Amino acid sequence: MVVVHTAGRSRTGYSGIPAWVFVIAAVGAAFVLLPLAAMVARVNWAQFLPLITSEASLDALWLSIRTSAASTVLCVVLGVPMALVLARSEFPGQRLLRSLALLPLVLPPVVGGIALLYTFGRQGLLGRYLEFAGIQIAFSTTAVVLAQTFVALPFLVVSLEGAVRTAGHRYEAVAATLGARPSTVLRRVTLPLVLPGLASGAVLSFARSLGEFGATLTFAGSLQGVTRTLPLEIYLQRETDADAAVALSLVLVAVAVAVIGLSIRSGIGSGRRDGALAA
Amino acid sequence: MSFEFSARLEERAFDVSLELAPGETVAILGPNGAGKSTLLSLIAGLLRPDAGRAVLDGKVLFDVGSGSSDWRPPHRRGTALLAQEALLFPHLSVVDNVAFGPRSAGNSRKSSRDAALHWLGEVGAVELAERRPAELSGGQAQRVAVARALAADPELLLLDEPMAALDVHAAPMLRSLFKRVLAGRRALIITHGVVDALTLADRVVVLEEGRIAEVGPTRQVLEQPRSHFAAGLAGLNLHTGVVVSDGLRGADGLHVAGHLDPEAVPGQAGVAVFPPSAVSIFLEAPHGSPRNVFPAVIHHLEPHGDQIRVRAGGFMADVTPAAVADLALEPGLRAFFVVKSASVAVYPA
Repeated sequence: MVVVHTAGRSRTGYSGIPAWVFVIAAVGAAFVLLPLAAMVARVNWAQFLPLITSEASLDALWLSIRTSAASTVLCVVLGVPMALVLARSEFPGQRLLRSLALLPLVLPPVVGGIALLYTFGRQGLLGRYLEFAGIQIAFSTTAVVLAQTFVALPFLVVSLEGAVRTAGHRYEAVAATLGARPSTVLRRVTLPLVLPGLASGAVLSFARSLGEFGATLTFAGSLQGVTRTLPLEIYLQRETDADAAVALSLVLVAVAVAVIGLSIRSGIGSGRRDGALAA
Repeated sequence: MSFEFSARLEERAFDVSLELAPGETVAILGPNGAGKSTLLSLIAGLLRPDAGRAVLDGKVLFDVGSGSSDWRPPHRRGTALLAQEALLFPHLSVVDNVAFGPRSAGNSRKSSRDAALHWLGEVGAVELAERRPAELSGGQAQRVAVARALAADPELLLLDEPMAALDVHAAPMLRSLFKRVLAGRRALIITHGVVDALTLADRVVVLEEGRIAEVGPTRQVLEQPRSHFAAGLAGLNLHTGVVVSDGLRGADGLHVAGHLDPEAVPGQAGVAVFPPSAVSIFLEAPHGSPRNVFPAVIHHLEPHGDQIRVRAGGFMADVTPAAVADLALEPGLRAFFVVKSASVAVYPA
């Protein structure tokens, strides 16, 4: 029989965690939550609505949501095949390739922006040929999407690769012996099995895209309504109007909490649906 | 038309050749790590051999080594695999699970569903059609898995210990199901059970350390095992005949009292099985208690572990050396072989 371990602590069982660990954990939680509380305390509630509904703010919010949605789609389209290849196939240099694919996780976003600029910029590796074709990417909304995809892609790949590994290979083997072609196995067995992992990966990618700042500023600039996303707007406002920056920050926090809350409520953020996956 | 298989896999020290006639069911016996699952994986296309060739009804499954390299992917082999666990796709309903094979073969949604319901009917699980796999018991899930494998219309059915994960109540029911669906069907079944081999298979292949240690008709291998493994597993007293209400009437007219397996019905062909350790030997016919008393002439004595195995007629008894000395047992002596009816199990054959 398959024993399914439900994650989390039991109420009655022995946890084995020393008391001082709880203390440090509480300090850590406070470290995360206190700054948020400090920010909320600093909000100018009287001016809150006018501040977040100014034209510049709405432009930035709308641009952020559009570009983050687009880069999430791009992450899914590119990331699902990457995760499958990394999780399921074996070839020389695979470990190296995984490390390189996940590089944007540890790379400073500014460096990513510069790298993108020398790839897709007017004088860039690909950009100079795109320029011939009349396509300009740098400092456009497309550049925002590319910058966000660049930094968010590894989140989806890591999350999904874990799910694919956990789901195991055996359902796919059975499906193949029942006569299903590899594409059919992928569509009807693999993807449905890893759907929770895919969903949580997509949520992570969306959240990371929403917060992207450095690569966007470097590669796409800061043009209102075109490339100035919410984080850029907040940074800009902070120089001149601290109240506006705080209000917009709160909006960003609210969107992030809503996204994560949504994924938890629909039970897709947990990474597994039920015990069947752990077989 | 037939199935021929020969493959070598260095990594697992595996080197096996075997053949299957159409409609023949062969049981694969052997200790853990003998290469039983490797054999099925090679046939199903889940493993590649270093060298070898397999042909199923004229269709080359693989032909590797000696210059050629022909390899047919699993989905084009027609070799459905049924494992110890049902492995039903958890996101599909029971009927969609069973319809998976027909759908993959390109049949319409409607005809696939009809085929699925037909096969669910064959395994007695139509009422489960709309359930999710998580809502099934182990026995129910395995029956659905049987329907799913059969619905794929395999030319060769591969069964990897399909009853090992089931509890004692579910196993007999599934065994009779297998007996029905495997009749006239070409299949390989890995099993640890003598009863499974006896009731389901025409022939037995014993694997040991990646090699075939013994091959032959089921009864012959179980009655006179030559391989080490089969000897430990079997070496049972087997008596064939017709099932009667309190046991079995032997083909030779001998009545053997025993308890009937739930699937054994009076009037059908059956086999009475009892271990030599349950047989005791008397020089005079004992009386009382419901026992089988078989008079026979001893023709052979041999050491068997720390016991002595005494053979007489069609019977074997394991007795202590002290008993052999006390009774002065020797070839040519006429004695009574006694076994309690409670120690005799009667199965359909």
